[in-house]
Amino acid sequence: MLSLVLTVIAALFFTGIVIRTKSLASGRKGPGIMQPIKDVIRLFKKGAVYSKTSSFVFQIAPTIYLASIVMAMLVVPFGQSKGLLSFSCDFIFFAYVLALGKFFSIISAMDTGSSFEGMGASREALYSMFAEPAFFILMGSFALLTGYTSFQEIFAALHIGSYISYALAVLATFVLIMVAMIENSRMPIDDPKTHLELTMVHEVMILDNSGFDLGLILTGGYLKFAIYGALIFNLFIGIIDYQYAIPLFFIVQFLMAVIVGLIESFMARFRMNHNAQFIVALTSVSLLIFFGALLMLGKFN
Amino acid sequence: MNAYKEQRNNLSLHWISFMLLHTSLISLCGIQNGIVFLIVWEIMALSAFLVVIFEHEKTSTIKAGINYLIQSHVSILFLMIGFIWVAIKTGSFDFQSIATYTQSQGSATGIFLFFCFFIGFAIKAGFLPFHTWLPHAHPAAPTHISGIMSGVIIKIGIFGILRMLLLIKTDYTSVGYFILFISVVSGLYGVMLAIIQHNLKKLLAYHSIENIGIIGMGIGIGCIGLGSGNQIVATLGFAGALLHTLNHALFKSLLFYATGIVYQATHTLNIEHLGGLIKKMPQTAMLFLIAAIAICGIPPFNGFVSEFIIYNGLYQWMLNAGLVPLVAIIFSVFGLVLIGGLALFCFTKAFSVVFLGEPRSSFNHEISEAPFFQRLPLYVIAFFILIIGLFPKLFVNMLTQPVSLFTGKIESTFIPFQDGSLDAVQTIGWASAGFIALIAVLFAIRKIATRKQESTIAPTWGCGYVAPTPKIQYTASSYARSYSKLFSNILLIEKEEKTVTGIFPSKAEFKTHPYDRIEKWLIDKPIKLYKSFLNWFLFLNNGKLQISILYGIIFIISVICIPLFYNEIVLFIEFLKQL
Repeated sequence: MLSLVLTVIAALFFTGIVIRTKSLASGRKGPGIMQPIKDVIRLFKKGAVYSKTSSFVFQIAPTIYLASIVMAMLVVPFGQSKGLLSFSCDFIFFAYVLALGKFFSIISAMDTGSSFEGMGASREALYSMFAEPAFFILMGSFALLTGYTSFQEIFAALHIGSYISYALAVLATFVLIMVAMIENSRMPIDDPKTHLELTMVHEVMILDNSGFDLGLILTGGYLKFAIYGALIFNLFIGIIDYQYAIPLFFIVQFLMAVIVGLIESFMARFRMNHNAQFIVALTSVSLLIFFGALLMLGKFN
Repeated sequence: MNAYKEQRNNLSLHWISFMLLHTSLISLCGIQNGIVFLIVWEIMALSAFLVVIFEHEKTSTIKAGINYLIQSHVSILFLMIGFIWVAIKTGSFDFQSIATYTQSQGSATGIFLFFCFFIGFAIKAGFLPFHTWLPHAHPAAPTHISGIMSGVIIKIGIFGILRMLLLIKTDYTSVGYFILFISVVSGLYGVMLAIIQHNLKKLLAYHSIENIGIIGMGIGIGCIGLGSGNQIVATLGFAGALLHTLNHALFKSLLFYATGIVYQATHTLNIEHLGGLIKKMPQTAMLFLIAAIAICGIPPFNGFVSEFIIYNGLYQWMLNAGLVPLVAIIFSVFGLVLIGGLALFCFTKAFSVVFLGEPRSSFNHEISEAPFFQRLPLYVIAFFILIIGLFPKLFVNMLTQPVSLFTGKIESTFIPFQDGSLDAVQTIGWASAGFIALIAVLFAIRKIATRKQESTIAPTWGCGYVAPTPKIQYTASSYARSYSKLFSNILLIEKEEKTVTGIFPSKAEFKTHPYDRIEKWLIDKPIKLYKSFLNWFLFLNNGKLQISILYGIIFIISVICIPLFYNEIVLFIEFLKQL
């Protein structure tokens, strides 16, 4: 329950901080931190335009997309306090429930009959497919390391002590940030600020969404970032008292937002046709973590 | 093409074979004797052949049917070798003698005997590389048969493998690793080829191979659990495999039946010609969507439950495994995740190209929704898909008895799912129910919030281009293009191209035919070599009547003469032996 509330609060500010960082890095003052939320509220009040090609799939997809993200949020723990749902192998549920949202956002893009949106849908399906193994192997390594299989138990038992474990934590953070970037279609994979439909991934998929539905999709995006931020926070937190943990949570979220902003400011997007290779390479980083875990457990002896 | 029900004389044969098929499938599960098993297996193979070639006026159907017939007899050959082997050693065809024989021998004998049976049953089930009949037979068969074929007939192969695992006492660990490896490869290969198919039924057929792979992974994990004495892993593996067998039968037959309705309405299965059907047949589209989500293993439907149990098995096994098993586990997890992702890729493609967007070609006839009684069975299946997703515990409990057969505990004292390993299953059910409720709540909020807002209908945004045609939509091939470029080493796509040339260019063309690399090297090449070898003997059969009569006379004379010269022949053979 605690993680749910905190994640929602973090989500309120996250995208604002990212945008602010980007503005400052490029020498502008930039909009206020709350601007993304204001945008969403404005969208919620607006009427919608629907394509005459589209069917009911297009109308229900944004709702299911947001619901899947909220559902995924429920299994994310906060330190030693469990998420609303906690069971063994809940990270599988986490990944697969997000996949339902992806499924619907893809078919809703295809529903408009636009070739631009088809292009985006195809890319999104391909990239998220390749990102998944990295996450599963990462969680598998932690399960191996701690001997537990649920998010909360894994994170509670994860102690950072030796040098190898520092390296592992750094690598895991890298993998999680990258997975978050892929899931949110952000910079090295996709440029949300690009002006050309041909080079977009996520933005082009929602070209035809408007009004309330667009608001739902944007809300989903904000929440997704905060969820991955919460996961990264959980990597380091172990079992610390709440009075330290809660401020630390926001610091981690803030840092992650700044990092995302900096990545977006100082990196160019990868070439579209090399994206898939790059994402598969993430899996090898995960494998590195896995072998690190094997080293720590002395399985090589 | 005539409607099926107007072909009277075809129909009676079809239904007779259908009944025979049904009866033989049921009896196969009860038979405990090798000879009887083989006879009924043969009846099943033949009646399945007859029901497949219902549209026998098409050459492609007959070709696919004969392909199936030959391959199922290769399967019978291997089964026969297995049963006769045991019968020679023990003098009995009884199933129990397999157990007693393998118990008395070393584990090597058991493994060889198992491989004999495994190849026989794997041909039926469609494991790699014995799958090549499947993508031909499924599209050739009428749709209700494709559904049953994919849902039930290939599962009899899985049944056979499980039955033999119960009988053959051998080194389960190595058998388990073998099955696990072949299953991961089957799963990946099946779904990889599914993505590039243009024929909707062929696409589904390749997905059957993928799902057989997932089931096989469960069996493999179960065997390894048995071999290492890890009850939890064994339970999870076999339970996942059995539940996925049921689940696959449900969602795959639903997909095939929905495809059948599409075929009946449009008379084509080429997905590049379809599109926009959701407006003409919304209910069929919704049913197809449910099955598509279920087959991708996504909650809240049944596919997720069984895949979750298999994942659970993998991660439980990981908790106390050595180095080599760990590498196998990571390989399997990687495979299973990728299978899920590729299935999502494939079914978003299939669903959206067939049902969404604008129609890609115009049809001369009216396209309308199927009548209620044709949709009713589909609703029943969809209901079970949802029920297994929401109340998995009910169905998992039903697995207690079959699973305890494998794990070898007496069921009254052993409750396989209560040692902490599968408590999660019902939680998933609640989570899925909560998920549906959450969607409903959000949808209600959206409904209330947008009540007063007006929505307008406009054309799709085309970046200012004002005359879009349905032709510029993304097609299935363009959707899969970046994928097929990435995997071009594994996939085999034959291209026919007629490029634009000259000052006044004529019509250009571009065709692609997806093909199967394994089929090319394992089936087509050997057959070609065999044919060219037989060409050497063509002079014997040159079509002249006189020569044929001469062969006949030589045959008759030799038949008459052999008894006359019997003693001489015996002497000659004795003489040869002395040399």
